[in-house]
Amino acid sequence: MRDWRYWLAEQRGTLIALAIFALMFTIYISNHPAGLTTNVAQTAANKGTLLALVAMAQTLVVITAGIDLSVGAILVLTNCIASMVVTGNAFETTLGVVFVLFVGALCGALNGLIVIYGRLQPIVATIGTGAIFFGIALILRPLPGGTVNETLADAMTGKVFGIVPASLLMLLAIVLVVWLPFCSSVIGRAAYAAGSSETAAYMSGMPIRRGKFAAYTLGGLLASIGGLFLTFFTYSGQASSATASTYTLLSIAAVVLGGVSLFGGRGSAIGAIFGAFAFRAIGDLMFVFDFDALWQPLFQGVILLLAVSIGALGLWRVRNRLEWFG
Amino acid sequence: MIGAEALFRMEGISKRYGGVRALEKAELVVEPGRIHAILGENGAGKSTLIKIMAGVVTPDEGRMVLKGDDVVFAGPAAAQKAGIACIFQELSLIPDLSVADNIVIADPPQRFGMIDRKAQRRLAEAALDRAGAADIHPAALVKDLPLSRRQVVEIAKALARQPQILILDEATSALTAADVAKVFQVLKRLRQDGMALLYISHRMNEIAELADTCTVFRNGRNVASYANGSKSDNEVVEMMIGREYRNVFPPKPQATASDLAPVLACRDLSWAGRLKDISLSVSAGEVVGLGGLDGQGQRELLLAFFGVLSGLSGDILIDGKPVTLNSPAAAKRRDIGMALIPEDRKTEGLMLPMSVRDNLSFASLDLLSKASVIDSAAEQRRNEDMLDLLAIKTAGLDIPVGALSGGNQQKVVIAKWLMRRPRIILLNDPTRGIDVGTKQEIYALLRRLAADGAAVLFYSTDYDELIGCCDRVLVLYDGAVKRELKGDEISEHALISSALNITGNGHHPLREGAEA
Amino acid sequence: MSDTTMGRLSERMPRFIRRIEPPVAISFACIILLLLFGGLYSSAFLSADYLLQQLKVASFLGVIATGMMLVILLGQIDLSVPWVVAAGAMMACAATAYGPAATLAAVPIGILCGMLIGLINGIGVAYLRIPSMIVTLATNAVAQGLMVVYTGGFSPRDFATEEMRYLATGSLIPGVPNALIIWAIVGAGMVFVLTRTTFGRAVYGIGNRERAAYLSGVNTRRVVMIAFIAAGGLSAFGGVLLAGYASKAAQGMGDAYLLPAIAAVVLGGTSILGGRGSYLGTVAGVILITLLLSILSVLQMPEAGRQIIYGVVIIAMLLLYGRSPTNQ
Repeated sequence: MRDWRYWLAEQRGTLIALAIFALMFTIYISNHPAGLTTNVAQTAANKGTLLALVAMAQTLVVITAGIDLSVGAILVLTNCIASMVVTGNAFETTLGVVFVLFVGALCGALNGLIVIYGRLQPIVATIGTGAIFFGIALILRPLPGGTVNETLADAMTGKVFGIVPASLLMLLAIVLVVWLPFCSSVIGRAAYAAGSSETAAYMSGMPIRRGKFAAYTLGGLLASIGGLFLTFFTYSGQASSATASTYTLLSIAAVVLGGVSLFGGRGSAIGAIFGAFAFRAIGDLMFVFDFDALWQPLFQGVILLLAVSIGALGLWRVRNRLEWFG
Repeated sequence: MIGAEALFRMEGISKRYGGVRALEKAELVVEPGRIHAILGENGAGKSTLIKIMAGVVTPDEGRMVLKGDDVVFAGPAAAQKAGIACIFQELSLIPDLSVADNIVIADPPQRFGMIDRKAQRRLAEAALDRAGAADIHPAALVKDLPLSRRQVVEIAKALARQPQILILDEATSALTAADVAKVFQVLKRLRQDGMALLYISHRMNEIAELADTCTVFRNGRNVASYANGSKSDNEVVEMMIGREYRNVFPPKPQATASDLAPVLACRDLSWAGRLKDISLSVSAGEVVGLGGLDGQGQRELLLAFFGVLSGLSGDILIDGKPVTLNSPAAAKRRDIGMALIPEDRKTEGLMLPMSVRDNLSFASLDLLSKASVIDSAAEQRRNEDMLDLLAIKTAGLDIPVGALSGGNQQKVVIAKWLMRRPRIILLNDPTRGIDVGTKQEIYALLRRLAADGAAVLFYSTDYDELIGCCDRVLVLYDGAVKRELKGDEISEHALISSALNITGNGHHPLREGAEA
Repeated sequence: MSDTTMGRLSERMPRFIRRIEPPVAISFACIILLLLFGGLYSSAFLSADYLLQQLKVASFLGVIATGMMLVILLGQIDLSVPWVVAAGAMMACAATAYGPAATLAAVPIGILCGMLIGLINGIGVAYLRIPSMIVTLATNAVAQGLMVVYTGGFSPRDFATEEMRYLATGSLIPGVPNALIIWAIVGAGMVFVLTRTTFGRAVYGIGNRERAAYLSGVNTRRVVMIAFIAAGGLSAFGGVLLAGYASKAAQGMGDAYLLPAIAAVVLGGTSILGGRGSYLGTVAGVILITLLLSILSVLQMPEAGRQIIYGVVIIAMLLLYGRSPTNQ
């Protein structure tokens, strides 16, 4: 049958991201002094996973044709909270993790409520909530510090059976438990539909509001998993505005690389994961080629600028100039 | 007329938009196992009626009865639940989802809270099959399908809901002849199955072939119902036109100006399959009308002249010389001197929250400024001139233009362009939704502008206007000029029959689509 | 004749008064309330010295917010402010290393750098039609990258020139800080451009309905691009002044100006959707934010509290004025 061709067309963005990642990672590994050892893989996986989580969070919101500029602030806030509550015995630690996830979902839900019922533009609404989330993080952790249950942290950032990076398994679990159910549910489909064409979705009687609300809330939840993971890395919490703004920016870059349309309705979180890993691999290339680390921010910025400009190519096909104005 | 077997009844339905009456005490009876055609001119109220049935619009008054029970639809979802499926002119498909996703969108099959993709696929294939389009792949993305195929997907989507009443609003307008034949087979089979079908179309031949009952709408009311075949085309056209009010039009000059050199002309103008080899010319002092059904390329033609469309083939000539206009800014330059009164004054003509002053002078700021600093005194003077010239009723120049009445808003749009003293004036349905008094003023103004030497090209959906105002009328059908009417030839009958693409004898020629 | 002149004059006067919209009035009312509240706490809040000092501090934000307002009036946003501010400041300071001529031209050099970044923003938004939020976020990253490479990751060692220090801290008219005079000049220029020039009209027109502006024969793309260039230049100018104030540039010196700039413009009643707003409102917004920060810091409110108050104030004011219309 021709089924595979349609599948290919649907997954094109994801596959391109996968290809970019594979290419970059191959170049990286073949030039790495140590080659592909489990330690190199573990480091790459851990760095990539953190960005992938934030990128997935961003994807959920972008699918509805929105944007979440508070995603970095949610990451930092949950990082600070995790550095306070994810300690003690197994029971206390579990409670702590649940609490962190709850806070993340709450932040996302707040964004959703303001955008849906306040009818505010997602950009400014999330700039505002981002400031609030970051302010709370600063109150909780005016100075870097805190601790985390180290057993858990080491387990999550370590290797399973000495080979497979645990972070990748966690990412896989999240895809299976959060993403796949979402995108194959009616709610998830409504989120896609709202992003693709809100009028058509309304005419078709879809639950647009519930779809958007679920997307924002799950976005917050995923960002808080990112916050947890950041804590496992650093064993501490820090209310750093640089971390917040960097991750917000990188999440958008990863989403664009991952083939998710910023105009909504198209793309998948799996693409965003590959986008995130590809982005990390591109950044790491600079190290193996002995570029000064100083060039990394510029390099990332230029890649982002080029990635968003590619979307503009469709303009050449516009034959009625009024379509510029939407 | 109202039989016991009526499936659905609408009684005394009225709906107003602002001051404009769309429906006035309209009635409709829908019976199972029949195809019911609804006819009427543009703006007769057909679309509003359909939207009310489909739950998209709530009526101001009146009741709807489904199988003996009163019903009220809170939204499209409610109407769908009640068994009313509607295929709209504007497609309601979601472009980024697959055909199968779209077909089952209202109520996808689920297992454990997830959409069951296999069952969805089966349902979609069955629905596509029923719609006579088994060749469409359920996994294809809707946005990758051509328009005519999307329309078929719309039909399949409606059928997947197992409706009792199926409404098709111009559902065949984008279809090729082969597709139409298939769709007709499907519709006839559905009729046999006992479904009630409402069929809205401008194509008389389709209605003649398909319908059991016909209802004619005019000015928001149902004026007649009859069994298909019991009236001639001429009688139907008479019913659609009606004899209600007549606008007073200014007298036309005796001598036609067509022997003068044309100011605006085009040769073999084509664009994106929507304009097909159009050639026309407009001379100074002439008012030329564009007629035809809505959406046959009239808007695109005006936009093409005004520099909005790219990728045109053919020539646009000003004073006989070919020109390339890449933007409205180029078209309004003094040596070209073109002006376009756009289709929608609220989104294209005016900035509603801005003041009357800012709107009036917006297109003429280059003439009212030195080194891009606006000469306030000159601006004030010109604005006051324009208020006087068009007798615009406003509480002042500083109030937001959105606060004016529709007619006065439209006058501001016209005035804003007249301030430039254009030589070529393009108008896109300038009297839609405004009161009769203002309409008459606009007719007189057009004639006066022509007398002062302007070339006027005028698209209207109102046939009376074309008859009353124009020296010549070009009737468009499917992006091409089908007929040119001059002088006394311009009659309602000629306009409507050429717009519907039926010949004067009342024969039904083969569909034009068959050529394509 | 004189009658009509008088009529025109009287028509123009109340027009200015009538333009004071509720948000502007509310902002000014809030400023007075804040001062009264501060005055209860300490009479120093009502002294001329304190007020002048606040106006001086407000001037830096005022210059930056002017550019932000121009962009927001178009219905766009400029998120590249943080690193355009820093780039302007750093490049102006860096000019000292290239001889006396470059030192003299330090201020224009800084501004020019900002305009260049603004040009990229403008091309991206106007010609490539990429959402402004995305382009400006990307150029912000590029500007950051360039500055990091330039400074080698350390704080720049160059110091502000005499001229920069004079512009930011001197006072040409005794008692009136130069920074305030500069803001007044920039503000007056902005008011003139917005109310009296074809460009200003086009900005409002595009912000209200770009489609209608385009069909009126306005070169909307050029207007949008110029606005972004101007915004970049003004942000960089703000950075130059800040560097003069602190005697040197610093990494991340612009981070603290993005949110306040947006907040000041929005608080002053400019619609985030574009097309509506007066410069008087932005002035009120800038002063209000500056006073709020000053009082919070006098009350020993930490940075955290300020962030939260920004966020709450932005969202609350937007819910009051900036909601998009329902379309169902």
